[in-house]
Amino acid sequence: MSDKPLRYPAFHADGLTIVLYLALIAFGWVSICGASHELGDTDFLAWSSRSGKQMVWIGLALTLGFILLMTDDRYFEALSGVAYWLMMALLIVTPFLAKDIKGSRSWISLGAVSLQPAEFAKCATALAIARYIGRFGVTLSDMRSLMRASAIVLLPMVLIVMQRETGSALVYLAFFLMFYREGMPGGFLFTATAAIIYFVVCLRFAEDLMPMTLTPVGEYCVLLLIWLFTTGMARVYCPHTPHARRMLLWGGGVFAVTYLMSAFIVPIDVAWGGITACVGCAAYMGWQALGERMGRYAFIAIFALGSTAFLYMTDYTLNNILEPHQQTRVRVLLGIEENISGAGYNVNQSKIAIGSGGLEGKGFMNGTQTKLKYVPEQDTDFIFCTVGEEQGFIGSAGVLLLFLALILRLIHLAERQSSKFGRVYGYCVLSILCFHVLINVGMVMGIMPVIGIPLPFFSYGGSSLWGFTLLLFIFLRIDAADRCRLR
Amino acid sequence: MNGEPNFSNRKYIIGGIAFCITVVYILRLLSLQIMSDDYKKNADSNAFRKEIQYPSRGLIMDRKGRLLVYNESSYNIMVVMNEQRGIDTLDFCQTVGITRDHYIRRMDEIKAKPNYSRYTPQVFMTQIPAEEFSVFREKLFRFKGFSVEKRSVRHYTTGLAAHLLGDVGEVNDADIENDDYYQSGDFIGKLGVERSYEKQLRGEKGMRIMLRDVHGRTRGHYQDGRYDRAPVPGHDITLSIDMDLQALAERLLEGKLGAIVAIEPATGEILCMASSPTYDPRDMVGRNRGANHLRLSRDPMRPLLNRAIMGTYPPGSTFKITQALLGLQEGSITPDIAFPCNHGFNYKGLHLGCHGHASPIPLVPAIGTSCNAYFCWNLNRMFSNRSKYHNVQEAMTVWKDYMVDMGFGYKLGVDLPGERRGMIPNADYYDSHYRGAWNALTVISISIGQGEVTATPLQICNLAATVANRGHYYIPHVVHSIKGGQLDTLYTRPHRTRVDRKYYDLAVAGMRRAVTGGTCHAANIPGYEVCGKTGTAQNRGHDHSAFMGFAPMDKPRIAVVAYVENGGFGAVYGVPIGTLIMEQYLNGSLSEASEKRAAEIQAKRIKYGDYVR
Repeated sequence: MSDKPLRYPAFHADGLTIVLYLALIAFGWVSICGASHELGDTDFLAWSSRSGKQMVWIGLALTLGFILLMTDDRYFEALSGVAYWLMMALLIVTPFLAKDIKGSRSWISLGAVSLQPAEFAKCATALAIARYIGRFGVTLSDMRSLMRASAIVLLPMVLIVMQRETGSALVYLAFFLMFYREGMPGGFLFTATAAIIYFVVCLRFAEDLMPMTLTPVGEYCVLLLIWLFTTGMARVYCPHTPHARRMLLWGGGVFAVTYLMSAFIVPIDVAWGGITACVGCAAYMGWQALGERMGRYAFIAIFALGSTAFLYMTDYTLNNILEPHQQTRVRVLLGIEENISGAGYNVNQSKIAIGSGGLEGKGFMNGTQTKLKYVPEQDTDFIFCTVGEEQGFIGSAGVLLLFLALILRLIHLAERQSSKFGRVYGYCVLSILCFHVLINVGMVMGIMPVIGIPLPFFSYGGSSLWGFTLLLFIFLRIDAADRCRLR
Repeated sequence: MNGEPNFSNRKYIIGGIAFCITVVYILRLLSLQIMSDDYKKNADSNAFRKEIQYPSRGLIMDRKGRLLVYNESSYNIMVVMNEQRGIDTLDFCQTVGITRDHYIRRMDEIKAKPNYSRYTPQVFMTQIPAEEFSVFREKLFRFKGFSVEKRSVRHYTTGLAAHLLGDVGEVNDADIENDDYYQSGDFIGKLGVERSYEKQLRGEKGMRIMLRDVHGRTRGHYQDGRYDRAPVPGHDITLSIDMDLQALAERLLEGKLGAIVAIEPATGEILCMASSPTYDPRDMVGRNRGANHLRLSRDPMRPLLNRAIMGTYPPGSTFKITQALLGLQEGSITPDIAFPCNHGFNYKGLHLGCHGHASPIPLVPAIGTSCNAYFCWNLNRMFSNRSKYHNVQEAMTVWKDYMVDMGFGYKLGVDLPGERRGMIPNADYYDSHYRGAWNALTVISISIGQGEVTATPLQICNLAATVANRGHYYIPHVVHSIKGGQLDTLYTRPHRTRVDRKYYDLAVAGMRRAVTGGTCHAANIPGYEVCGKTGTAQNRGHDHSAFMGFAPMDKPRIAVVAYVENGGFGAVYGVPIGTLIMEQYLNGSLSEASEKRAAEIQAKRIKYGDYVR
C-alpha cells in the first residue's frame, strides 16, 4: 500500500471535517428557510425565495470545494503572493466600483449577484501569511518577523476600514491567535485581552457604587483585576521567588484595610487603596528589575503601571474628550444604556426570539418572532436567533458543539501538518472561524457588541459561504496532499 | 525539527479558548432559553410593535400674523393582508369610492412592494379627507383587517404665493438615503419655504412601543411607556411677506410673464415675491397632486418656475446704477464730468444708439434720462486706462469684482430652493470667446446691462435695496422669525459694498432725478419722495420692461423691482406696477385713481409668441 503512488490525493481529504462542513451547511439552509419564509408558503426551491437562491449558492460552493480538492496543492503556496497583491488591488478599487449600501462601499455588483471582495481577501491573506511564516528562520518570537507578519494582516484591515466595513476588518484580528500559536509572546495576547476586559468592566459598572464606599464598582473591580493579574504574572514568569506571594499579601492587605476603614469608620473613596496596591506592586517589581536586571520584572512593572494608567485614561476619554453622542454610542455598545428603540432594539428582539425557543424550540417554520420580522437581518447576521427560536436549546447548543468540533478537528489537522506553511494556514482558518462564531453568536445573545459579521455557513449570501468554503477546502487539500506524501 | 523553538503546547491553550467560549455560550443559551421565563413570555404572548407618532408640521404666517398654511387631518386606510378575509368587497369599494378593478389592482400592487409583509399594516389608500372618512369609519368593523392611520395634510388659506410657500410630498429614495429621519411614506417639503425650512417645520417623530399578542392585538405599552417618546411639533414660521402686497403683485402680473420682488431695505426681508404665471398651491395637496403637478410641469409657460429667483434676465438700464458707482469709485468719472451724446455713443466707428436729450450731460441727469452714451464712455475710459490697469483683462477683473460685491453673478443665498446665479462675465470668459482679442468696445454693451450680463429680479431688487441703504445690504430672506428658533445669522449680518457712501448719495440723486424729470416720472406717489430707474432690456423678442425703485428717498421703507417679459419700454409696465406696489405698502391701500390703474394693468394681456421660452 505504502509504496503505491497515490494518484488521487483528493480522496484522502479529511472525511470528518467534510461531514461537519456538510452538516453545518445543511443546518444553515434549514434556518434560512425558517427565517425567510412566511407561513403557508412552502416553495423553498423557487429562485425568487432566499432559500432557493441559497440552494444555488450551496451548489456552487460544493462545486468550488470539489475543484479545490482536485487542484494540485503546490499551486496554493506558489500563487499565494500573487493572489494577495491582486486581492489588495481589488480592495483598493472596490470603494470606487461599489454602490453605497447603507454607508458601506464593499459590494461589487456583477449583474444579478453582488460579491464582497473582503470575504475572499481573508483567504488570500491567510495564504500570504502562511507562506511568509513558512519560510525558514521566520519565528514570531522575533520582533522583526512579528512586525512584518503584522503588516501583512494590517494592510487588508486598513483597506477594508476604508470601505466602511469595520466589522469585516475586525475579523483580521483573528490572525493574532495564530500568531500566538506560532510564537508571539503570550504577554501580548494577555495584555490585549486585559485591556479589553478593563475597558468593558470599568465602563459597564461605572454607575453603581461599591457597598459602603464611594467608589464605582467598575473602577474598584478593575483595580482588583490589575493587582491579581500582576501577581499572577509574577507567579508564572518568576517561579521560585517570593515576589508573587509578597505582592499578594501586601496588596491584599492594603485592599482589605482601606475597605474595612470605609465600611466601619467613614465611607471613603477606596480606589486610593487599590491605586496604592497596584502602583506599589509596580514599584516593587521595578525595584526588583533594577536590582536583578531581569527584563521580565520590568515587563510586569510596566504592565501594572500601564494598566492603572489605562484605567483612568479610559474614564477620562469617555467623559471628557468624546462628544455626548459618541459617549452614548459607546455606552449603548457596552449595554450600559438600554436603547430599546435604537441600536438596542435588534439585540433585545433577538434575545426574545432565542429565549422564546425554550428547550426544544417551536419547530421548523413555526417561529413567530422571526416570521413577524421583528428581528432585523434575520437571515444574515442574526440567523442564529432563528436557530434558537425554532430548534430551541438542543438545536442551538448542537450548532455550537458542531462548530467546536470543527475547530478542534482543524487544530488536530493543523498540528499534524509536516510543513509549517500548512500548519500556519490551518491555524488561520480555524482562528477566523472561531472569531466569526465568537462575535456573531455573542452579538445575537447580547453579550458582544453589535458588529455585523456573518455566521459561517449559516448566514444567507454567496460571498460569505464561498469565502469560507475556499478557506476550508484549500486547507483540506493541503492536508490531503500532506497525508499522501507521508505514506 | 529545524532548531526553531517549539510552541506546540500552545495548541492546548487555543483549543481551551475555543472550548471555554463554547461553554460560556451554552451557559448563556441555558440562561436565556431554560432558566428564564421572561423572554418566552415576552415572545409567546407579547411582541413589540413600534408605532410611529407623527408630529404636526409647523404653521406658516405672513408678517402680520395672518395664517397662510395649516394642517388638517386626513386618513390613510391600512390593510393587514393576513387578517383581511371574507369582507364584502363591493360594499367596501362603494364606501371608499373606488371600482372593483381598482381594488384588485391596488391589492396586487401592495403585494409586489419590496418590503411587503402580510403581517404588518400596508397602506391601501392615502389622504382620505375627514368627511369621506366618517362614512368609512362607521363601517370599519365590517372590514376585517382594515384599519386607519391618522395623518395630517397641508391646507392653504389662500391661492397666493405658491412659489414661496411651496408644498410637501412623499419622500423619494434620495431623501431617505440622505437623511435617516425619513422612512418610506413620510412627507417632506418639496419646494419653497416648505423645503428650505423643512428641518424647522417638520418637528420630531415620536414613538410608542406597544406590546401585541400573537393575533396582533395591542396589549398596552411596553414597560408602561418607559421607552416611549412623544412627538415634538414643528416650529411655526412667520414670513416677512405682506399678503396684501403679495395679492396685489400677483394681480398686476396676471396675463403677463414676469416677476415682482419687494424688499425692506433696513432688514433685507422680502415683502412680496410674485412670479407669473403662477398656480394655486391648493392644487398640490391631496390625491390630485400627481396629476396637477404633471399638468403644470408640461405647461410651456412654465408656471412652476419662480421667475423672481430662477429667471435670469438682462437687467438693462437698471444695471447702469452699478456702473455709475463703479466709475465713481474707480475714478473713471467724476460727478461733474459730462459726455457728449449725439443720439448715441459714437467712437471708432462703433455706434450704440440712445434717445434724444440734452448733450453733453453729467452724471445725475445721465442716470435720470438713462443715457446710454454716458455709461459707454464710462466703461471705455475705465477699460482703456492703461496707467491704472495693465491690460483690459485686469480692468475686467476689477469690474467683475465690483459686480459680484454688489450681489450679482452668484447666488445671493435667499432662503428658498432653486435660486439661480445669473451671469457676470469675467476676463477668462472673453479670452476664450474672442481668443484674447477684445477690448472695451467689444464688450461695451455690458455697461448698459445688456450683452452677456444677466441677473435675477431678486438680484436687481437687492441692488435697489443697497442703494436705498447707501451702500450695504442684508441677504434677502422670506422668513421673519421662527417660533422657538432663531434665524440664521447669515440674514442678520450687513454686507457693505466697496463703494463709498458719498457715491451712493449721487446714485440716489440720479434715481430721484429719473422720477422728477426723467424716464420714470410716472412713478411719483403724492406725499413721498420716490426714487426709481427704468430698464428696457433688448432680447430675442420684444423688449423686456423693468423698473427698480425705492421710497421714501430718506429712510427708505421699500425697495421694489418689477420685471415684465416682452413688456416693451420700462415705462410701459415696469414703472406703473412698481409704483403701485410701493404705494400699497407705504399707504396700506391704493388711492381710487391707483385702484383704477391697477385694474387696467390687471386686465392687460401680453400676447406671447410661439418661440420656445
